[in-house]
Amino acid sequence: MIESDVLVVGGGLAGGTAALSAAREGADVRLVSHKESTLRHASGLIDVLGYHDGTLLADPFSAVGDMPEGHPYERVGSAAVEAGLDLFDEVAGDLYAGSHTTKNALVPTHGGTVKPTARYPASVAPGLASDDGEMLLVGFETLTDFDAPLAADHLQNAGVPFEVRGVTARFPMLRADAKITRYAKVLDTDEKGIRSQLVEAIEPHLGDATRVGFPAVLGHDHPARVREALADALGADVFEVPSGPPSLPGMRLEDVLFAVLREAGVTIETGNPVVGFEASDGRIDHVAVKRTHQRVPYFADEFVLATGGLVGKGITTSREGVREPVFDLHVPHPENRYDWFEDEAFGDHPFARFGVAVDTDLRPLDGSGAVEYANLRAAGGVLGGADFAAEKSGSGISLATGRVAGRRAAQS
Amino acid sequence: MESRTEVLVIGGGSTGCGITRDLAMRGVDVTLVEQGNLTHGTTGRMHGLLHSGGRYAVSDQKSARECIEENRVLRDIAAHCVEETGGLFVKRPEDTDDYFEEKLAGCEACDIPTEILSNEEAREVEPFLAPDIEKAIWVPDGAVDPFRLCVANAASAEQHGGRVLTHAPVTDLIVEAGEVVGAKIRHEPGPRNAATVGKTETIYADHVVNATGAWAGRLGEMAGVDIEVRPSKGVMTIMNVRQVDTVINRCRPKGDADIIVPHETTCILGTTDEEVSDPEDYPEEQWEVDLVIDELTKLVPILGDARTIRSFWGVRPLYEPPEVGSADPTDITRDFFLLDHADRDELPGMTSIVGGKFTTYRMMAESIADHVCQKLGTCARCETADVPLPGSEDFSVLRDYMDEFSLRSPVGRRSVQRLGSRADDVLKTDAPNPVLCECEGVTRAEVQDALSQSGTDLNAVRIRTRASMGNCQGGFCCQRLAAELHPDHDEQTARASLDDLYQERWKGERHALWGEQLSQAALNHALHAATMNRDTDPAKTGTPDWTDFDGGQP
Repeated sequence: MIESDVLVVGGGLAGGTAALSAAREGADVRLVSHKESTLRHASGLIDVLGYHDGTLLADPFSAVGDMPEGHPYERVGSAAVEAGLDLFDEVAGDLYAGSHTTKNALVPTHGGTVKPTARYPASVAPGLASDDGEMLLVGFETLTDFDAPLAADHLQNAGVPFEVRGVTARFPMLRADAKITRYAKVLDTDEKGIRSQLVEAIEPHLGDATRVGFPAVLGHDHPARVREALADALGADVFEVPSGPPSLPGMRLEDVLFAVLREAGVTIETGNPVVGFEASDGRIDHVAVKRTHQRVPYFADEFVLATGGLVGKGITTSREGVREPVFDLHVPHPENRYDWFEDEAFGDHPFARFGVAVDTDLRPLDGSGAVEYANLRAAGGVLGGADFAAEKSGSGISLATGRVAGRRAAQS
Repeated sequence: MESRTEVLVIGGGSTGCGITRDLAMRGVDVTLVEQGNLTHGTTGRMHGLLHSGGRYAVSDQKSARECIEENRVLRDIAAHCVEETGGLFVKRPEDTDDYFEEKLAGCEACDIPTEILSNEEAREVEPFLAPDIEKAIWVPDGAVDPFRLCVANAASAEQHGGRVLTHAPVTDLIVEAGEVVGAKIRHEPGPRNAATVGKTETIYADHVVNATGAWAGRLGEMAGVDIEVRPSKGVMTIMNVRQVDTVINRCRPKGDADIIVPHETTCILGTTDEEVSDPEDYPEEQWEVDLVIDELTKLVPILGDARTIRSFWGVRPLYEPPEVGSADPTDITRDFFLLDHADRDELPGMTSIVGGKFTTYRMMAESIADHVCQKLGTCARCETADVPLPGSEDFSVLRDYMDEFSLRSPVGRRSVQRLGSRADDVLKTDAPNPVLCECEGVTRAEVQDALSQSGTDLNAVRIRTRASMGNCQGGFCCQRLAAELHPDHDEQTARASLDDLYQERWKGERHALWGEQLSQAALNHALHAATMNRDTDPAKTGTPDWTDFDGGQP
């Protein structure tokens, strides 16, 4: 019989944090994840809070205590946000930077825009917008998500305190439709001396630049080594510009997180969906996991739901309404689907806040505000009440609520 | 600025482009002006059905005969714009046998080839048809790309010496001594006109043709004549894949929501028919979307759970002589009317063309061109039914470009289909040619080619290439398309074009926000707002105090 103290459903940042937090409390923890984690699709930046009421925040912690009732930060409190970030710093170790200050960093991303974020990969650090070193951005003809000359002009138009130029180079060796993991691989192994070929192509454009930014493809297994080699040869700092999916910074973070989870003794099982559950007396008894045509019951004392929001399909919708598909939890939403969105693309969309409502112990609430199951908690994107894209708060919410949900589950 | 032309055609839809080509081929000096992009109005907002005539075979046999005749012509002269899908009129149990028989007889009377299929045979052709479909009539319906067709007509007109001006709205008609003698236009930002942007031009003409469709009444007002066009809106809902490869019509008398047209990588569900007062400003309503999905689910049940990616509305330029006075827009004939304002309003110098339908655009153009040539005293003969359109001459270029352009096979094949015989010119490039739009397999070379015809208008690039028209509705490729504008255009221009395209994609996607598409919209929102911070971009909202922020490890 499959049985654990705590069963976590979902393998992203929130699920991983919950599982780790529970395991550190001494619980026997199992994590089940249906699909590849959405971490590999995210930029790899760890946002806590970039904007509050439309105002850019230099200090994210200054406002996490001011969130409206029902916002995940309000539910867990600002101390939990700080504790979640501490846990992250410990897990990420040398892979990440930004823990030396409580301030947000402004990071140039692939669109050429700067965005506020609390932690960033070490590979991103030399590219911060508050540094005044002259910058050269390098794009590759075949990597279509990053147009370096355009991004450079965009940064200049945002008034950054440094000179920035962009150049488009040809990446040696690879065909036009090579995957970004292939770029990382050849740089990792320095296949056919690719690193020096690259340096040769870029050197003539260097000028007085003290830092050089590349698309985030600088190695998967040995990113520090790749960057160091390029930096030494160029005589300038080298950094990565984060972008959308698929994302090597996201994949590297996923690798580290899962290694730490395994070290902590968490049992990880990916590839099989949770397809049902049994409950009695207001408690979840077990969930059913579909494994090669069979429904296998997974028993646990406590459960944590961390399946993500609309993007990760932790929340699903139809013309008829909005659902949480694993436990069929209540998801507050306007009845008419034409009230789910605004007419402006970047409007204040109600859909962006879809998710389950929880009590301060992160237990999902039904339509009347009562706790649905005494031994079920929710964390991360499946929670409602936050527009993480507009707030730039996604990772912070996952870390804070994941940690609280995991600890409380283990302590119950 | 001032210029002269023999004939000024106003309106760059299928009819205007067709007339311009026709006149140019006859050696007439002709100028076309269009307020937006080609197909900006009704033509760009149709479901892409190339009528066999079957649809009108009971109610309007004159239209039906014209449709089948032109259907044959277009397969010939515009092969790269037409997909020969075939069509089915399917009968549900609640539809009458009498109407089925009438349809069959009507098709025969109009020379439309048919074949009767049993339930089993019909489901062999289209496996997703509802099991309770009783039987069906096969007809030679097809799918057509209206944009490609208009562009080909305009290109042909230019090859024959015609002048084509887009982004050139008419600001006034010039009436001198009771006669229309030309028009004033304003040059707005668009392709190939950087030198003239913001300027007005007075174009004098021996004759003016008003081919503005649903906008014909507005143009008439400028010359003081009354043209009672009755614009009627209809919704089209786009599915993310082709559930059917054949046009599916419901075999019953007129009604809403009774057709599915396979189009490129999608199916288009249509439509509704509601009279509106303003061709540019009308409500786009939820009930219309729900109606087409619910009704057409009766023909193809999997549509009920399938992914829709957006909806759009078009307006039909319906017209009937004022004395008819139909109450219901579905009763108004789809026939076209040539209004000679000299006869009708004692205002010589202008002819309006109203009503009609896309499939017979060439025939309408021929008839107008005949009329205009008679006025001009020119006796040249119409050749548009016999001479292939540009891009359609040499279909042998439709080969597999995989090796030649180091493109993955489906990408190469689709590019070549879109480009027709221009494929060699566009795709033969020394630079790497990565795919910019993964959903539709559109490469950089194609986007650059489209940009050379479109200025900074990314929506024009979209309709030329289909980039941003797939599942992600531009979430992944909008910014890549915008990047192609740089460095020919500055960063602010590229950003403004990006914002326009992103908002335009959002506008249609709003009508598909449930299920997979809402999940997609949430992902797009995350990419553009969270990762790229485009919602609160400091380049737009104001420069922050950089020293307040983390400058890195000391």
